Amino acid sequence: MKIAVCIRRVPDTTAKITIAGGGTAIDPAGVKFVINPYDEFAVEAAIALKEAAGAGETVTIALGDDSVQETIRTTLAMGIDRAVHLQGTGSADGLATARVLADHLRGGGYDLILFGKLAVDDYGQQVGPMVAELLELPCATAITALEVADGSATVEREIEGGTEVATCPLPAVLTCDKGLNTPRLPGLKGIMAAKKKPLEVVPVEAAAGQATIVSLALPPERPAGRIVGEGAAAVPALIEALTSEAKVL
Amino acid sequence: MTAILAILEQRDGALRKGAPELLAAARQLADAAGATVDAIVFGAADMAGLDGLGAAGADRVLTATHADFAQYCPDGIVATVAALAGGYRAILTAATATGKDLAPRIAARIGAPCGMDVTGLALQGDVIRVTRPVYAGKAIQTVDLAGTAVIAVRPGAIAATAAGKAGAMSAVEVPAFTRRLTVREVRAPEQATVDVAEARVVVAGGRGLGDPKHFALLEELAAVFGGDAAVGASRAVVDAGWIGHGHQVGQTGKTVAPELYFAIGVSGAIQHLAGMRTAKTIVAINRDKDAPIFKVADYGIVGDLFEVMPALTEAVKKARG
Repeated sequence: MKIAVCIRRVPDTTAKITIAGGGTAIDPAGVKFVINPYDEFAVEAAIALKEAAGAGETVTIALGDDSVQETIRTTLAMGIDRAVHLQGTGSADGLATARVLADHLRGGGYDLILFGKLAVDDYGQQVGPMVAELLELPCATAITALEVADGSATVEREIEGGTEVATCPLPAVLTCDKGLNTPRLPGLKGIMAAKKKPLEVVPVEAAAGQATIVSLALPPERPAGRIVGEGAAAVPALIEALTSEAKVL
Repeated sequence: MTAILAILEQRDGALRKGAPELLAAARQLADAAGATVDAIVFGAADMAGLDGLGAAGADRVLTATHADFAQYCPDGIVATVAALAGGYRAILTAATATGKDLAPRIAARIGAPCGMDVTGLALQGDVIRVTRPVYAGKAIQTVDLAGTAVIAVRPGAIAATAAGKAGAMSAVEVPAFTRRLTVREVRAPEQATVDVAEARVVVAGGRGLGDPKHFALLEELAAVFGGDAAVGASRAVVDAGWIGHGHQVGQTGKTVAPELYFAIGVSGAIQHLAGMRTAKTIVAINRDKDAPIFKVADYGIVGDLFEVMPALTEAVKKARG
């Protein structure tokens, strides 16, 4: 079982966002960057599948500038075997980014290619399924359960008002949602081992693509609200406001 | 290639709600370009509710019928849309679990840019300009998409309108395709509850509840709104295992925009606020008068939620008659 996990480096979800001078990106100053939280589910799934199979290889693949190597090491510390740093910048067009990844993955002999269901920075939610299309592989997005047996995968995914159960043959591309597993924390031993694991650097160039970011702005502030009172005694005032002002009851 | 294609979802032979909204989004683009809107529906047999689509904005209603379409069949849908794509300026889906699964695949198949979770869209010269929340709503990105664009429109972002179009029915051919993924079944939830992302009213709880059993207080208030309300939760209590991930509102959960949002014992961490700040009306109940949730709430009550909630549930019940 050979498994690729494609990861992204993103601002920590607790980070406060400010807009950089050019008005099309965030100001990274003072922002802590971490592995995309959804990618951790993909990393955990890959390591657990290899452990269950008792053999195989897990590979982290990350597109980005050199800072992404720190994030790659996190996945190696968790237990991934080796990594490839696709050195370059992704495009604002998810398809251009997907083409870079697909070109690298093609012919790699992977049984599974895993992604997080989305990256919590640009919320693009497209590179995984696009890679699947480009490689003409089966694809399931936002999975919350996964079983692999006899060369096929059975997955569950949450849809509005239900859970979809689907199967596909391997090789396949899957994107992982919260609920799939509980990602392990890297231990000291893992962190030490990660320093010695192979990390191959491959320079790449993404095309400009057909999507252009025009601007990035903070959302409008909500108008200031008010405290209607304290304790249960304030309930009548709240009901009055919801009935006659907000008209939502 | 000026027409706009709107891909509508059906399950078990009935259209999913959200079709009129998606047609309204399609009309925004079409009317600006003097173009027409085609709706397309995929099913295994005849479907109900298609006769209302003209009124909601469809000039034509295309039906694609195939035995494999009894369940969601992304490979068949992508193949069919790709065969038609040359005639369209934009291809729209709803940004639902299904729509978000489809849009990138279609885009990759036809070599088009893809805008996900779009909340605003307009023709701007040669491009389609879309706005979309990023960083879970902490920022708004404006993007220009050139050529034929594939756009997943966030439910609730664009209101349905009455358009009075013909909605003329027309069958389209499903080309040969390889079914790579097979949906075996759709399991209904154990309790038939409305999804937190689709609910008109969300009653959300956080650490202030103190114990998972106290979600009962929230369920009682939600029950007063009948099938319209869902229980939500902060990341802290989901990670603590008090309630399932499907209820989580915020940056690693769902982004919601209900008419009415109750934040009960929710402090208002930045990643939670990001997921609910576009709710129409926000009510916060918290013991800590300095809790950040009060900065976004329209109405707040400072106090012990165990004292306030029973009184609030009774009062809402009375107010709704």
